[in-house]
Amino acid sequence: MSVAFALPMLLWGLLALPVLWLLLRAIPPAPIRRRFPGVALLLGLRDEDRQADKTPWWLLVLRMLAIGLAIIGFAGPVLNPTPHPNSSKPLLILFDGGWAEAADWGKRITHASDLIAQASRDGRPVAVLRLTDPAQPVAFQAADASVGRVSALQPEPWFPDYAAWLKVLAAAGAHDTTWLTDGVAHPGRAALLAALASQGAVTVFATGHPVLALRPPVFAEGAVQVPVLRLNSTTAQEVEVVAKGPDPSGTVRDLATAKASFAAGDAEIKANLTLPPELRNRITRFELSGQHSAGAVSLTDDSLKRRKVALVADGSDREGLQLLSPTHYLRQALQPMAELIEGGISDVLPANPDVIVLADVAHLTATESDGLQEWVKKGGLLLRFAGPRLAASDVGRTEEDPLMPVRLREGGRTVGGAMSWDEPKRLAPFPEDSPFHGLDIPGDVTVTSQVLAQPDPELGSRTIAALADGTPLVTRKIAGQGQVVLFHVTANAEWSNLPLSGLYVQMLERLAVSTRAALPELADLAGQTWVPKRLLDAYGSEAKADAVAGVAGKDLAAALQDGPGPALPPGLYAGADRQVALNVLGAKVELKPESWPAGTTIEGLVATTEQSLKGPALATALLLLSLDILAALLVGGRLGRIGAAVVVGLALLMPAPDRAQAQTADDRAIAATAGVVLAYVQTGDATVDAVSKAGLIGLGDQLTNRTAVEPLAPIGVDVETDELAFFPFLYWPLIANAPLPSAAAYTKLNRYLRTGGMILFDTRDGDIAGAAGTSPEAQALQRIASGLDIPPLEPLPEDHVLTRTFYLLQSFPGRYADGGLWVEAAPPDAVKAEGMPFRNLNDGVTPVVIGGNDWASAWAVDDNGMMMFPVGRGSAGDQQREYSYRFGVNLIMYVLTGNYKSDQVHVPALLERLGK
Amino acid sequence: MTETTDLRARAEALGGTLPPLLAEAEHLAATVLLGEHGRRRAGTGDDFWQYRAAHPGDAMRAIDWRRSARSDSQFVREREWQAAQSVMLWVDPSRSMAFSGSRDRATKSDRARLLALALAVLLLRGGERVGIAGQAPRSGKAQLLRLVEAFGLETATADYGSPAEDGLVSHGRAVFVSDFLGDLAGVEASLARAADRGVKGVLLQVLDPAEEEFPFDGRTVFISMGGTLSHETQQAGDLRGRYLARLAERKARLADLAQLSGWLYHTHHTGQPAQSALLWAYRALEGGR
Repeated sequence: MSVAFALPMLLWGLLALPVLWLLLRAIPPAPIRRRFPGVALLLGLRDEDRQADKTPWWLLVLRMLAIGLAIIGFAGPVLNPTPHPNSSKPLLILFDGGWAEAADWGKRITHASDLIAQASRDGRPVAVLRLTDPAQPVAFQAADASVGRVSALQPEPWFPDYAAWLKVLAAAGAHDTTWLTDGVAHPGRAALLAALASQGAVTVFATGHPVLALRPPVFAEGAVQVPVLRLNSTTAQEVEVVAKGPDPSGTVRDLATAKASFAAGDAEIKANLTLPPELRNRITRFELSGQHSAGAVSLTDDSLKRRKVALVADGSDREGLQLLSPTHYLRQALQPMAELIEGGISDVLPANPDVIVLADVAHLTATESDGLQEWVKKGGLLLRFAGPRLAASDVGRTEEDPLMPVRLREGGRTVGGAMSWDEPKRLAPFPEDSPFHGLDIPGDVTVTSQVLAQPDPELGSRTIAALADGTPLVTRKIAGQGQVVLFHVTANAEWSNLPLSGLYVQMLERLAVSTRAALPELADLAGQTWVPKRLLDAYGSEAKADAVAGVAGKDLAAALQDGPGPALPPGLYAGADRQVALNVLGAKVELKPESWPAGTTIEGLVATTEQSLKGPALATALLLLSLDILAALLVGGRLGRIGAAVVVGLALLMPAPDRAQAQTADDRAIAATAGVVLAYVQTGDATVDAVSKAGLIGLGDQLTNRTAVEPLAPIGVDVETDELAFFPFLYWPLIANAPLPSAAAYTKLNRYLRTGGMILFDTRDGDIAGAAGTSPEAQALQRIASGLDIPPLEPLPEDHVLTRTFYLLQSFPGRYADGGLWVEAAPPDAVKAEGMPFRNLNDGVTPVVIGGNDWASAWAVDDNGMMMFPVGRGSAGDQQREYSYRFGVNLIMYVLTGNYKSDQVHVPALLERLGK
Repeated sequence: MTETTDLRARAEALGGTLPPLLAEAEHLAATVLLGEHGRRRAGTGDDFWQYRAAHPGDAMRAIDWRRSARSDSQFVREREWQAAQSVMLWVDPSRSMAFSGSRDRATKSDRARLLALALAVLLLRGGERVGIAGQAPRSGKAQLLRLVEAFGLETATADYGSPAEDGLVSHGRAVFVSDFLGDLAGVEASLARAADRGVKGVLLQVLDPAEEEFPFDGRTVFISMGGTLSHETQQAGDLRGRYLARLAERKARLADLAQLSGWLYHTHHTGQPAQSALLWAYRALEGGR
């Protein structure tokens, strides 16, 4: 807190105050002269208190205070004055530019803009750098040239790389530096600071904004644990972790939320989510609600998913021999990472598992076979292991079995046994197109027996692992959306020691039979190209990744260790069979608050706002002077009726008490429920609101004239504060800068939509936009509607009930005629009704109708009942307005009667039944 | 401008207001419909009072033969005793009566004249003789106009007045209307002389509510209406209590004076309707007889 003055010389005026004191003291307030006959009775009465023939001391203090304040006010006091350095060196503005700054990026840009404006006045060249960019030479430009650049800067979703910049900045020449930091400790900061300080003054700008971040979730103890980190905040705090993912219809929504509380002083806590596997597998990301930064988002990959694996072995097991059981090793390998189901094929198929493992099962009944084929075509992975039974059977012998990837030769072979000269066979390196490519093959894995594939033109392409002599070990066939994989050895250690090695587990992982909770390692990723599917920006929003090239598994593994960077932005990367999430924060990254050596100049946001006190000082002086008027009246005995008037005037200036508001809320409720009331959403733009109101009045008039619906005067509602349940219909015009409703308002709106309310969204851009959705209003609609519970939409089909609720309509013009109209999509299985020109659609009144034809303007009438806006030209325009009214009538009828008209389709059937 | 022309101008101005004053007084008097007020005992008069049995000593011609013929004994017809009284009105013409505490209230002198004139209307209608100081009491409607004229001309330059007793008729009635804020010595002297002559009457004190409440505050210089007296105070509010005490004391003294000399005393405020004061004064005059 410091105060400076624009015109300090004026403060000498304060010296005159004592003189003024004497003057004021000597001049008491003038007496009133009153004619009064009763004076005869007053003669001889003495005043008890003689002091008021001089001005009372408190009045003097009041006046001195007022005049003193006026003098100080005119001297132009400024709170927290910004020091204006007298440096002529170039100014370097450094942004850390990482995601941790996303939350208050705007303030940083404002500060940087102020600095540039100041530098421009001082004639200093400026360079603006973002340390998250790849290092590049520093080029100082005229300050004005940097203005546009700085306002377009955005943070990046990774941490700054000081090491790369150190060399460049050390060679930049003499300059002053303002460093806007993100508040997080990064390696190399001290060295960079030293390099900058050697060239000129360094000012650090830190906002001290709390940073909240998520580490990747871990699956432990039957729950998903999401670690939450925080920085720059030590008070108790409650955070909410939201798990998002697609619901069965494909709409992304909140699947679960978990609350966690930081106790005072905690830096890390865990939020626990207990979810059924079906729900858990759908989660695509976790985020901290209310935080808009990439750090507060954690994308999930396959590591969180738990596959449902069905193990099916031949029923006639060799009893009691646990280690010889064909499924023992599978069970051991999969138990920690997948949900296991065991039983016969007909038992497990209804559970719709992701993977079915057939361990040496040769014979399938026709029903089982058909069921399995159907299931594979829909995306199942059938994993078969060979064994004595398969080798002995005729499965796939003469022609290819649909549930076998290859044809098999009779018997198989045994190598390296007691009766053989051969050595047990080793594995050949995995070919490049194999999903196993990149896995290390331990030297001790050998195969002693296997079933052999018939040579076949397709055998080569179907082989994904082979022995050193080229005989296939694992073959695969794609069938529909699924695949069939055959291991040519047993699932147990009978034919090879592969199930005993770690390679077995890795191979299962690569086949996405199982997934691992741990962080993927180099070995898991190497050798494949990973294509980004979705990328995060610094604010935690997902961006399209179409134009980004794939990355090598090696680099991805490194990024998973060291965190993302310019070459590898955070996001979801897809390999051949699995997806890997590269998050901003890895599992092991620690967040530490930055520390600066003693002597560094650190500015914060709070301390630097320059604030002029001139206005407040003068206003206070004026207030005191007006108080002085009252006081003088009081002293002079004139404060009779005038005083009362002033007090009443002041009371009128006070805001009305809250009780009046409560009263009006009740009045509103009564007004809204006295009849059918059409309502519009107040946008905050007075013109738009007036048009909405006039439009609904006009529509109400037409409804009254033409139909049995006689609406009362329309009411404007504020979605934040007003109760919506009273209104069957809301007209919601969108303006370009429409604010987002709050979370509570969204809850209210969603409840409104779910309980039968209808909203007509009008983007009012039918003249320019068509259905492209690129106008500012349409973007506002997308922003607002993203939080609403809106089902899938389709352009209004010709047979929609809205086309015939009152009038038969096929166009829905408002002031514009070209915009489309979107309603809830009909179920895809709707069939055409017999003998009717429309489909059988009986249920589901659309909760929203979206269009851009600016209907309110077409409907709007002024106080005299005259149309407010022209529509079209000539008689065509009149017709267009008529159709717009007809649309309004149809819409309100649809709102009030639902699908009544559609139910007419049953009338013949009902009549027939009645007739009998 | 000389004083006489000034006086004449003011008299003309005042005279202009008098016909309305008269009309108002008549109007006020009309609300008190009492008619000819008899003395409610036998005496000389026109109205029948009662028949009584004739006593020895009654003159033969006093016997009412028509009544006596209807019975065996003789009856005398008695008439109600009616006597015209002389009532002398004095309305304080001093400057202090020109005070009004509020713009929408009449001055005290307006109210005092109105009351006096209304009382005169009633009395004259009752057949009494009414006069003011300097004029012999007369009866009849013409006297009313003379009274109006006299009230109009009656102005004084003194701050406070004392009653003039030169028109008092022995055993008559008198009405003194004033604010009685001046020196009470004059009032005492007048009352003493009136009591000597057997005159009874009414002291009607007319006060403005401002004089009754003293609603003043702050630094004030109080000046009497004529400007002869002044009093300066820093805190008018502090004086209120002592002023009111003095006023109460004065009222008590007036009541005492009235009681001693057989008069009646009443305080009337210009903030109240004139009717109640008129009724009281009329009753007081009537009851005193």
